[in-house]
Amino acid sequence: MKQTSNYVIRAENLGKRVIGPAGSLTILDNINLKIKYGESLAITGVSGSGKSTLIGILAGLDLPTNGRVILDNTDLTTLDETGRAKLRNRRVGFVFQSFQLLQGLTALENVMLPLELAANSDARDLAQTQLARVGLAARTAHYPNQLSGGEQQRVAIARAFAGTPLVLFADELTGNLDQETAAQVGELLFRLNSERGTTLILVTHDVTMAGYCSRKLTLAGGRLI
Amino acid sequence: MSLFRLSFTQLKRDWRAGELRLLGLALIIAVASLTSVDFFTDRVNQVTEIQATELLAADLVVSSAEPFKQEFIEHAQDLGLNTALTASFSSVVVHAGKLELAQVKAVQTGYPLRGRLQVSDELFTMEYAADAIPQQGAVWLDPRLFQLLELRVGARINLGASILNAAKVLTYEPDRGGDMFNIAPRLLMNLADLEATGLILPGSRVTYRLLLAGADETVTKFRSLVDNHPEYDVRGIRDARPELRTALDRAEQFLGLAVLVSIALAGLAVALSAQRYAVRHYDNCAIMRCFGAGPDMVVKLYLIQLFITALICSAIGCGLGYLGQTGLTVLMNDLVSRPLPAPSPAPVLSGLAAGVLTALGFAMPQILRLKNVTPLRVLRRDLTPLPLNNLGIYLAAVGCLLLLAWSQSGSGKLFVYGFCGLALTALAAFLAARLAIRCLNRLRAGVGVAGRFGLTNIVRRAGLSTAQILAISLGVMLLTLLTLLRTDLLANWRNRLPADTPNYFLINIQPDEVDAVREFIRERAGLVTRSYPLIRARLTRVNDRTVNPEDYTDERAKRFARRTFNLSTAETLQDDNRLLTGEWWKATDENLFSFEEEFADTLGISLGDRLEFKIADNKVIGAVANTRWVDWDTFNVNFFVVANPGTLDDYPTTHITSFYLPAEKKQLLTDLVKAWPSVTVFDVDAILKQVRKIMEQVALAVEFVAGFTLLAGIIVLFAALQTTHDERRHETALLMTLGAGRAQILAGLLAEFACLGLIAGVIAGLTATVAEILLAEYVFNMDVVINPWVWLITPILCTSIIVIGGLAGTYKVLSTPPVVALRQV
Repeated sequence: MKQTSNYVIRAENLGKRVIGPAGSLTILDNINLKIKYGESLAITGVSGSGKSTLIGILAGLDLPTNGRVILDNTDLTTLDETGRAKLRNRRVGFVFQSFQLLQGLTALENVMLPLELAANSDARDLAQTQLARVGLAARTAHYPNQLSGGEQQRVAIARAFAGTPLVLFADELTGNLDQETAAQVGELLFRLNSERGTTLILVTHDVTMAGYCSRKLTLAGGRLI
Repeated sequence: MSLFRLSFTQLKRDWRAGELRLLGLALIIAVASLTSVDFFTDRVNQVTEIQATELLAADLVVSSAEPFKQEFIEHAQDLGLNTALTASFSSVVVHAGKLELAQVKAVQTGYPLRGRLQVSDELFTMEYAADAIPQQGAVWLDPRLFQLLELRVGARINLGASILNAAKVLTYEPDRGGDMFNIAPRLLMNLADLEATGLILPGSRVTYRLLLAGADETVTKFRSLVDNHPEYDVRGIRDARPELRTALDRAEQFLGLAVLVSIALAGLAVALSAQRYAVRHYDNCAIMRCFGAGPDMVVKLYLIQLFITALICSAIGCGLGYLGQTGLTVLMNDLVSRPLPAPSPAPVLSGLAAGVLTALGFAMPQILRLKNVTPLRVLRRDLTPLPLNNLGIYLAAVGCLLLLAWSQSGSGKLFVYGFCGLALTALAAFLAARLAIRCLNRLRAGVGVAGRFGLTNIVRRAGLSTAQILAISLGVMLLTLLTLLRTDLLANWRNRLPADTPNYFLINIQPDEVDAVREFIRERAGLVTRSYPLIRARLTRVNDRTVNPEDYTDERAKRFARRTFNLSTAETLQDDNRLLTGEWWKATDENLFSFEEEFADTLGISLGDRLEFKIADNKVIGAVANTRWVDWDTFNVNFFVVANPGTLDDYPTTHITSFYLPAEKKQLLTDLVKAWPSVTVFDVDAILKQVRKIMEQVALAVEFVAGFTLLAGIIVLFAALQTTHDERRHETALLMTLGAGRAQILAGLLAEFACLGLIAGVIAGLTATVAEILLAEYVFNMDVVINPWVWLITPILCTSIIVIGGLAGTYKVLSTPPVVALRQV
């Protein structure tokens, strides 16, 4: 694995402004952040504090209005959309609050998706292994609407780890789950994360979940406090 | 490879989930309508193209109104060409008191020089190739003639002064292709028997043909020789096709128009379905983008899906089109005079291409929107891609339609007129729909809650409401207009003429028979008839210019310039003629001509022009003294060109007369033909009946194809409803949560669909009536007809379709429990 810096992500002077009907609105203001390889970071904050915008920019889903993000020694702001998509495919994994599984695909096919997009010829075998790791070996042929919320989130976790990402972004991953299931899913995520040495960036309101992380940051009004 | 697999997997799931069902159905209908016509025309084209040499029954055919001189024939034979002579004319065949008009063809041994005659020994039994022509004393008859005369093979028939044996059933003759419209059935006889019939007298209307076959260079050499004889009409394989195809080309152009409307409506349905499909795939796109798919990859993925869908649906459409063409073949059985071969694979290719083109032209703009879905949508669902430039969408759709229009006989004049007419109708219907929707907005305040809910739905989705109104009204309008054409215009066309309009014409009356025939009719039927002299002539010069058919661009003018036509003489202007320019003649030594106005225009002839006519081997020169308007609808005997008394006195003349004979006095005709065998009787009713039958068949065939238009219209209705499905479900759930009962919501939907149906029905009735008035006025020259039933039937039909279709398309909205609907938002 290429590693010329200790930091998997460096955010420098990040800012995000949007023009709305009421004029210019600053969502992120001068964010500076360094995240080490293998670190687990929790980002907390109230609704509207800019958490989702921040991880969107850190993951290369969006571009900042100013500043830059360096992910695994690549400046995301210098890449076009296709370049960022390739980088996401090779380096980044995602888990979302609403699972974001493709309803038209089975659990196995959902996990295969990032592998197939990367033209991985072992997509099926790797996906089956990942599903077995999250305890869903028997549910590979099921469609998302045939799975419970906890099972769907486990498929999403299997999919996130399928491509062996360097960084995993998790956005309120337990927000749609009951307490018991949330605990099981959280435990699974952290177990896999420690096994794989993946960098984990977690956006959460859940203080228990944030407590599992090695570092915690809070956003308020678009600034880190 | 994995992209293709992923596309296929998603496609399977989308299809199962019904996401692509309407888009697919619309494509199936578009391709089925297109290929049903293409398969049919392909079969007809094969007949005309594969058997190109057979169409002439020779390599070269020379036609003349006069018998060929023996030295002319010998010259051809000296060059090494095979020859065969034929003589064609109309005459009456009599059997057991029944008489029928037949197209007689007398042929010489050797005929046909190319191709084979097909005959059978009994009606509807196995046919086989004949290796000779009818023996002397025998005739071979078209099956239709056997049926009309209730004949059996071996029976004796009267033809002129001869009694001949109906020896075989003639099922196929190679050069019959030129008569796609079979007005009268064929009688084939030996040329050696012709003279004895006494039917050919000086001035008789006969077409003589010399058939020639041989080596290419010899044929070319002989042709260049004949080209110097303007009195001969020459036809090679190259020239045979255009005229032959004219009639069927017209039918094809009407069918092509109906196909194009189906495709346009199917395209609208495809566009609406694709819009919903794209919206419902924003999330999928965002997820794929999030996991590393670039914008181009996403578009490729969906384009592959669209392409596979288009191919599969087009293939199904081709299958249905094949079934459809058998329907067309049955409907137009009288139009096509010979058995059709199996279709070639070409329509399948054009069907697949049209299906893919329609899918791309109408759905691709929506699929391209998916390129703009931001991956950030996985975090914020409110981020939707910006709509595409509307101009781009319209241009893609119009470009696709124009391309398909061009492929559907798009260069034909009729097609272009029809296309413009339909485009104007669609525009008028669009404007009327928008106006009606605007008016509804004002009515909202005056109706109850359910009605208001329904009207509000129409008004706030004005674009979709307009699409629904337009689709259903155009489909119903086309079907209504075609039904009106068959029932009102065609059926009543003849009936609207006065009761005593002549229904029989007698031609080939020799000058010395005129008085006796007139007296015979007066005595037996109490009718006073007037006969007119008829002289066969060709226009050869206008002022200093030699008339050459190739100098004219107008096809009709070319035909007039080429053919021999009938002149007459008259001392006074007929009652049904009106003088337009010049003066009617007084006693004079000068040769003068009077021209029918339209005929003069077609040939570019003006008052005062000096004309030269060739009659047999003589020339007659005279000046144009006046032009006339002729009321052709009277069915009286009338002429394009009339000369003043004295001009044509010395030339071979026959006479013609017309009269109205009631059905109970028809025996007179049989006796008349027996007494004067050379006289030919034309039954106008029978001819008009046959013409009307063919026109009805074409109208019915177009109506059949227009059925696809209505189907496509219904798919548009469903596609528009599907577009609003999620929104309706959410609103209905909210209304139910707020206390609205199912009955109230149902009443609102009923109000909405009934209103849409009513507007569509009124527009369909209005446009069909205007089109009928225009057709009556300019095509059939009839008084304006307004069928009041249209105003009752079209609103009922449109309302029924939209209410039933609308409720069927929204039943899920009513049947979903509100809690489920709200949870899914």
